[in-house]
Parts: sequence; C-alpha cells; structure tokens
Amino acid sequence: MLEPTSSPPPSIVTLADQCNVIRDKPSASPTTAAVIELRVRNHPGTMAHVTGLFARRGFNLEAIVCVPVADGATSCMLLLVADEPRLEQVERQLAKLYDVLTIRHRQDLTREFFTRLGPSAQSPTAV
Amino acid sequence: MKITGAKLLRILLERQGIRTIAGIPGGAILPFYDALHQSRIRHILTRHEQGAGFIAQGMARVTGKAAVCLATSGPGATNLLTAIADARLDSVPLVAITGQVSQALIGTDAFQEVDTYGLTLPVTKHNFLVRDPAELLEIVPLAFQLAESGRPGPVAVDVPKDVQNATIDVRDWPEPGGPTPAPACPDALIDELAHRLIAAQRPVLYLGGGVIASGATDLAQALAHRLSAPVVCTLMALGAVPPDDSLFMGMLGMHAAKGTNFLLEEADLLLAIGARFDDRATGKVAEFCPKATIAHIDIDAAEIGKIKPAFHGLVGDAADILRRLLDRLPQQRRPAWRARATELRRTHPLHAPPCADQPLHPVNLCRHLGEILEPDTVLTTDVGQHQMWIAQAYPVRRPRTLLTSGGLGTMGFGLPAAIGAALALRARRSPDDGGSPAEGPALPVRRSLDEGGSPAEGLALPVRRSLDEGGSPAEGLALSPAEGLAEPGPRVVCVSGDGSILMNIQELATLADLGLNVAVLVFNNAQLGLVRQQQELFYGRRYEAAHFASVPDFAALARAFGLRGLRLNPNRDPLGELSAALAAPGPCVIDIPIHELANVYPMVPPGAPNRQMIAEPELASTHA
Repeated sequence: MLEPTSSPPPSIVTLADQCNVIRDKPSASPTTAAVIELRVRNHPGTMAHVTGLFARRGFNLEAIVCVPVADGATSCMLLLVADEPRLEQVERQLAKLYDVLTIRHRQDLTREFFTRLGPSAQSPTAV
Repeated sequence: MKITGAKLLRILLERQGIRTIAGIPGGAILPFYDALHQSRIRHILTRHEQGAGFIAQGMARVTGKAAVCLATSGPGATNLLTAIADARLDSVPLVAITGQVSQALIGTDAFQEVDTYGLTLPVTKHNFLVRDPAELLEIVPLAFQLAESGRPGPVAVDVPKDVQNATIDVRDWPEPGGPTPAPACPDALIDELAHRLIAAQRPVLYLGGGVIASGATDLAQALAHRLSAPVVCTLMALGAVPPDDSLFMGMLGMHAAKGTNFLLEEADLLLAIGARFDDRATGKVAEFCPKATIAHIDIDAAEIGKIKPAFHGLVGDAADILRRLLDRLPQQRRPAWRARATELRRTHPLHAPPCADQPLHPVNLCRHLGEILEPDTVLTTDVGQHQMWIAQAYPVRRPRTLLTSGGLGTMGFGLPAAIGAALALRARRSPDDGGSPAEGPALPVRRSLDEGGSPAEGLALPVRRSLDEGGSPAEGLALSPAEGLAEPGPRVVCVSGDGSILMNIQELATLADLGLNVAVLVFNNAQLGLVRQQQELFYGRRYEAAHFASVPDFAALARAFGLRGLRLNPNRDPLGELSAALAAPGPCVIDIPIHELANVYPMVPPGAPNRQMIAEPELASTHA
C-alpha cells in the first residue's frame, strides 16, 4: 500500500450534539476529492443505508457529516468522496435510496471543510 | 374503530388485495397469526421459511404483482434472507413481513432476537422497522408501492411484538399502494436513438428481464422485425420472443449457442433493453461486442453505463419507450444481416445425440418437454446443469412461463416457486370480483379475493376461468386441502437436479397439503453436475465434493410425503412414461436418471471473452 504512514488522520471523531464525523480511511490521493450533499429523511436507519451502500458497492467514503435540518424531518448529509470516474455511478446508486431526497455537488466545499472538524476543533474527551 | 396493530396489518394487507400469504409462525409473530384467524387471507404453512419466500416469489413472478411471505423473528427472519436476496437480484416484487421481539427487548440479545433490519438492509430495495402501530398506515401501502414501482424488488417490514399488540384508533384508511408510473423519457433522446438505429448496418437487440417486467415483449418483437434486427435474450428474458421467430437467436453468454455469441462479435450496434450486462451474459466485458456501440434502455438509471459505457442511455419504462420508438421507425430490410443471422443459427445448432439412441440425454429430455407441454405451461427450474439445458433446449413460448433463479442462482428455488406459481394460476381460474387496488378507500370486504387479482398488466398468460364462474367471490377463500385436490389447477413443472431438490425437499409436504398440480422432474446424475463440469474443464479433473456418496430413492421419498413417485426406466420407453406421468393429474415426483458425464455445451470459461467457447467435439479432440 502506498498510503502515507506519517500522522494518519484520526479514525473516529465525535462532535457535539447533532454532528457526527467519521473518517473511513485516508485518501490515497488527497487532491482529488468531491463533496456530495444529500438531503435525506431523518430517521434511524438512513445513515446505515447510505454508509452500507458505499461499503457493499466498494465505493470510497472518506468522511461524512450529518445534521438535522429545520424541524428535524430531514437531515443534510455531506459526503467526502473520491472524485473518480465511478462517482457518477455512486450518485446514481445513492439516488435510488428511498430515504435520499436530493443529491447535489458542493463545489464550494473541499476536504478542508472536513479536516477543520477534526480533533483540533475540540479538546479530547476521556472515555 | 379501535384495533390492534396486528389486525391493522391484516386489514391493510387485505386492502392490498392480498389473498394468499406463505409463512411459518413463531413467538414474535403470533399476534399477527391470531389476527389472521378470521381473515379471508389464506395462509400457506410451509416447512421452512425459505420455502415461504420462494412460494411468494412464484406467485409474484407469474402475476407481476407483489406477493407476501411471513416469518417470525430470529431464525425465521434469517431463513427468509436467501429468498429476499434472490428477489433483489431478479427484480421480483416481494413484501417480506417478519415479527420482531418487543421494542423494550431490542438490543438485549433476547430469545430469537436478530437485527433483521440490519440483515435485510443490503438485500432489499428498502426496509422498515415499525416503531408504532400508526406507522403501519403509511408503511404497508408504501412497501407495496416501492416493491412494484420502477424496477421491482423486495421490501422487508419488521414488526415488533409490542407494535402488533398495541391498540390504535383508525379513522382514515390509506389508499392501497401500487406501482407509480416512471418519468417519461424525453422525445429528443428517442429521436436520436431512432436515427442511430436507422443508420446502423448490423443492429442486435439484447433483451433482459426488464422487457418482461414492463410487459413490453410484443413491442420488442415488433421492434426487431421493424429493424430486421436479430434478438438475443438473457436467461431472465427467455419467453419474451417465441423460439420459432425468424430473428430469435436464443440466450447469449456463457452457455449460448456458438452462432449467437459470434453474431454479437459482428454487431455494430447493440440495443440493450431491461438488461444489466451480467457477467454470465457478457463474458469478459472489455471484449463484449467489440465492434458495437451500445444503446441502453432501462428503468433503473444506475444500470446505464454501470458495466459498459453506453453512448446512448434512455431511462424509462421499456414499453413506453419502445412504443414511441416504433412510431419513429420506418421498416428496415437489412437482408444481408438477416441472412447472416440465419446462417449462424443453422451452422451452429445445439448438439445432442439422436433421441432414439439416448432419449434421456438432457437436451432430448428438454426438447421432449417442449413437445408435450402446453405453450402456457409454467416451468420452474433449480440451479445447475439442468437449468442451462432448459434454457438452451426447452422452447419458452410465453413471458412469465419460465421461472428461474437467474441473478443469485439459488439451488432450492424450483419446488417452492412452482407451488407459488400453481397457487397463483389456480386463483386466476377462480371467481374474481374484479376489484383493483386503485379503486379507492374500499372496505376490506370489497377487496379482490384473487391474488392474481387486479386486471392485468399485460400478462401474456391467458386468464383461464372455470365454468362455474358465477360463484360468489366469498366462496373462493380458504380452500381446504380437500378442495385443493378437487381443483388442482393447471399443470406446473419444476425441473430440478438431485443436488438442488434436496435443498428444499421439505416443501413436498406443503405440496401434499395443497394437492396442487406440480410435477417435480429430478434430472438425476448423483452429483453437483455443474461443479463437476467445471472441475473437469478448468481444474484438471480433480473432482472434489462434486459426487454424492448416496442418493435417495426420490420415488420412495415422494411416496413418504404422500405423493405419487416414479423412476423412469431408460430401457422401457422412458419418454412415453414421462408423458403419461405428466398427463395424470395431481402432484408427483419423477426421478430421471441421466448420464453422469453429460455436460452443458457450449461453455465460455468464466472470465473469458464470449468468442472462446468450449464445444463438445473440441473437447473430445483435446482429451483424445
């Protein structure tokens, strides 16, 4: 594997309250990433449908943020994914999920958005 | 009206027009079974939940409507999984309902607790865990809508016991769920496809199961003849084009006739319709149809370009797109291309020894079945050599008459699927009140009693009715086994192997309960034939775990279940005996000894391009 060995990103980062960020694995080529925004139905299981899709189709999911929107009936999910030829297939499979309402690219967001949410954003908590 | 969640679930299913459910009870689903006690829904008690899943599949595959299977929590749910996954891969509408431990116990490793939601998530189109009886009012119609809309598929509904027991005051009933129309494909895309098809020199139509799901088989045939384009079918599309059609080239891929795969090498335009470029069809993808550009019609946008880039993708209902495409296409002649297809078909026939010499050669057997069975006979298969021989040699004349596990390749599919098909066909014959799910908020008592029920969806199977059509619908419910024997319904044939049949053999007991007109034909070579074939061809004849040390007496086994059983004698007019056995009414098991070394030819080695086909004569010279 050619993945960088020095200072790997943290594997799991838990943020306060309504925001969860999970790093799946470090990207092999950190320059080519895309951010997808999903509007989803907010209920238990939606996260499993989205992350499970990436796992079983062998797609790369680097980071995910999910926050409830307005009254909490829907949530906004931001996915950091590899910008590879298969991205279109990823989007089409996501669009088939019943709980996914809309999909759009967030050109305004980069990897930096997710790394800012990393462990430096708050002091480590003892478990 | 104050009712329990269990009764609410039952009424919602009745309102969906569900008349038959297959399942097995258990602790976590008992409240629902109690609610079934006074229902017009007939419950088919199977001997294994997988049997229930495949019985529901048999009903769904014949009618095109979602069917229901039922299981308890824990092992009941896990036993259903294979049938659910099978429905997913073959796009079969199915609603699987499971009991779950009470919500207070979820997550405590309670008795018969398993994460059914988590287990069904990757093998369903969508799944639900019901948290409150009021949610059933939304979830049940939605489950049917999702199962039947767009690309059909299975939906799982997990219902905790406390939700079944809770009471709820229901005032407004939801509309039953049904298929929603797919968004229309833009005209411009159809215009462009029409231009491309007119410009093509050597077009080929590549039909998949979606053509049958869409009810577009007549339109696909019309398109082929308008374009003078030969047609290849996937396993799931067999029956979409009559086998004697001058443009029909049979199944493509791993076990295609040689001429069929050669034709695809020469095509300059491949129009895929409701097909998904499965590896068993394409062989090595990079070398599939090397000279062709690809156009793809599918209702599932994710299929376009998933395996092979398509220059032209049209998302929508195949029937709608083909109808509009035909409006734009003048008659094309292409005499040279037609002649080439005919020549390839003529020069590469399916190889079989003369019937007089080897009547029980599998290819001869399949051809004989084609001669003696009615064109609308539903035939199911299991998985293995016998399945491929049927695909090659049995003439599937109508859509929805070959039921086979294509994508998942599940051994054990055939018998319960045949039972489900026979149930659906028998129901079609019985009186029907003609109700359709779209009628409105009808009370349960007005619902269709017929699981083949709603007026229908372009099925090619003729709706045959019994002479006593005048009978009141109410008489049709809950046939007792004795009544079942009195009206066994049309003949349904399950072609199986001695390996496959033992994987769900216990459903012979269910068949005996019902007395349906199902005949099980066991192609018996005392081995896992397709495994042995692959070990012979690709693993240096190092046979491992392919031969059975002992094989049961299937005729005696049938009699032990209370069914007619016989074994054909190769030396005493076996085909005549087979015909007579199938002509006699009622369920039966027919054990057919076939040559233990018979192989399915031609065969493309897994991972090889389709032009590299191993044929029998070549094999003989290789090993001479």
